[in-house]
Amino acid sequence: MTSRMRPPWSPTIVRLGARSVLGRRRGALLVLLPVVLLALAVLVRVLVGTDFGAARDTAYGLGIVVLVPLVALLATSGLLAPEIDDGSVVYLLAKPIARWRIVVSKLLVAGGCTTVFGALPVLVAAGLLRGDAGFALGFGLGAFVGGLAYCALFAWLSAISKHAVVLGLVYLLIWEGLLGGLLDGVRWLSLTQWSAAVVEATAGTGLGADLPTTYAAVALALVVGAGTLLTARGLARYDLRGDE
Amino acid sequence: MSVLVLDHVSRWFGNVVAVNDVSMTIGPGVTGLLGPNGAGKSTLISMMAGFLGPSSGTVTLDGERLHGRPEVYRRLGLVPERETLFDYLTGRQFVVANAELQDLPRPREAADAAIALVEMADAQDRSIATYSKGMRQRIKMAAALVHEPSVLLLDEPFNGMDPRQRLQLMELLRRMGADGRTVLFSSHILEEVEQVARQIEVVVSGRHAASGDFGAIRRLMTDRPHRFVLRSSDDRALAAALLADPSVRGVRLRPEGGLELEAADFGRFTETLPRTARDRGLRLLEVTPTDESLESVFSYLVTP
Repeated sequence: MTSRMRPPWSPTIVRLGARSVLGRRRGALLVLLPVVLLALAVLVRVLVGTDFGAARDTAYGLGIVVLVPLVALLATSGLLAPEIDDGSVVYLLAKPIARWRIVVSKLLVAGGCTTVFGALPVLVAAGLLRGDAGFALGFGLGAFVGGLAYCALFAWLSAISKHAVVLGLVYLLIWEGLLGGLLDGVRWLSLTQWSAAVVEATAGTGLGADLPTTYAAVALALVVGAGTLLTARGLARYDLRGDE
Repeated sequence: MSVLVLDHVSRWFGNVVAVNDVSMTIGPGVTGLLGPNGAGKSTLISMMAGFLGPSSGTVTLDGERLHGRPEVYRRLGLVPERETLFDYLTGRQFVVANAELQDLPRPREAADAAIALVEMADAQDRSIATYSKGMRQRIKMAAALVHEPSVLLLDEPFNGMDPRQRLQLMELLRRMGADGRTVLFSSHILEEVEQVARQIEVVVSGRHAASGDFGAIRRLMTDRPHRFVLRSSDDRALAAALLADPSVRGVRLRPEGGLELEAADFGRFTETLPRTARDRGLRLLEVTPTDESLESVFSYLVTP
C-alpha cells in the first residue's frame, strides 16, 4: 500500500488489456484492416495520381467511415465484453481500484489500438493519396478524435450488453450508414460526421458534414466523457451470480 | 480478525426475491454456506463481496458497508466460482498481476509466497490454459490470498474437483481458518461442508434456514420425517404392524400395490422395520426412500 499520487489508469490493466487484444484472432484482424486501406490507397495513387477528389473520397469513405469505426469496435469489444462474458473481469473488479480507473485503462488500450491501427493508417493513406502533409494530418486528426469517441461508445455497449459487437455493427450500419445517408438531420448526431467536421476544419476539404467545428469537437468530447462514466457505472453493476 | 455481518438483508431482482431477510455473522474460522442450487448462495456471496448492494438491510465488514467501496478489497479476497482466468498468462504472471492490482510494494515476492502457500510453484510458469480444474482453483486461491486478506470468500470451490484436489483444498481452507482468517465458502453438499467448516449457515429458497455447528445441522437433517415406499408379501399386515410402532407417523395403502409410509424417527424405524417383518413372517420386497433428494431435505428445514 502506498500514498503516492497514482495515474488515472492502472499500468497492469493496460498491460493485460494490450496482451488480450493483440493476442487473440482479433489482433490479426486489427493488422489486416489497415493493410487493406493502405494497399487500396497505393492502388488509387498508382491509377489516378494525386487527384483531389479520389484522395478525399478514399481517405474519407474507406478510412473515416469504414476503417476507424471497425478498428474501434474490434479493439474495444475485445477488451471488455469477453471478460464480462466469461467472468474474468471479477479479478479486476475485486481490487482496490475505482471503476472509472479500470475503464480509463481499458480505453487507453482501445484508444491506442485505434490510433495505431486506425488513425495512423488513415494519416499515412491520406499522405500517400494526396502527397500533402496538411491534408494527411487533418484526416489523421479526424480519425483520431472520431476513434476515441467510437471507443467510448463501444465500451459502454460492452458493459451493458453481451452482444456489444452486434449492437456496434447495427449502430454503424443502420444509424451511421443507412439513416445517416437518408436523413440529413442525423449528421448532428453522427460520430462519423463529427469526425468529418474536424477533418473539414483541419484538412481544408469539404466532406459534406456541414457542422460547426466547435459543436463537433464538444460533441466528440462529450461522448468520450459520457462513455467513460457510463461504462464505469455498467461495471459497478456487475455481480457474481452467474446462472443462478 | 474480521467480522462480516448481514443484518436483515434482502435482495430482489424485479419480482424475484433471491435473498429474503437473512441475518448472519461470519467471524474468524471457516464457515460453510450450505444450500441447494438456486438457493441464493451466490447472491449472498456477491453481497458479502461488495458486488451487489442489498435491496434492504445492511452488509458490513468490521462495521463498514461493503457495496461500491473498492478499498474493502484490500482486506477481502474472493475466489469466484467461474473458472475462466486470463488464460493467455502463466500462473505466476496472473498472481503477480493480482499483486500489482492490489498495489503491493513487492508484488513478485508476494506472488511467490502465495504460490508457495497453494503448492503451485512447480506449475507456476505454465500457461493457465494448460491447468487442470484443481490447479485453476489453487491459482485462483493464490490470487485471492496474495495481499493476505483477513476475509476470504469462495463460491462453490469444490465443484468438479477430484477427491485428491478436494482434500488438498480442504486442508488449505482449514489452515486459513486456523490462522485466524474469516473464511466462508459455499457448497450444496453437506458432507463437503461438514469436513471443513466449524460453523454452517444453511440457506434455502433465499431464506436463512439454519445455523450452527455441523453436528446440529446434521441432526436437523436426519431427525426429520422420512417417507418410504414399501412392498412386501402382505402389505396390509405389514401396515397394521408398523402403525403400532411410535416411530411410524402414518401409512397408506397404494391402489397400485405397496405402502406409502412416513417415519417420524428415522433411527428407530430402520431397526423396527426389519424386526417387524421377521416377527410377522413377512417378506420385504422393496424399501425405497422417496424424499432423499437434497432439495427435499432442505425444504424440510424451512417448512414451519
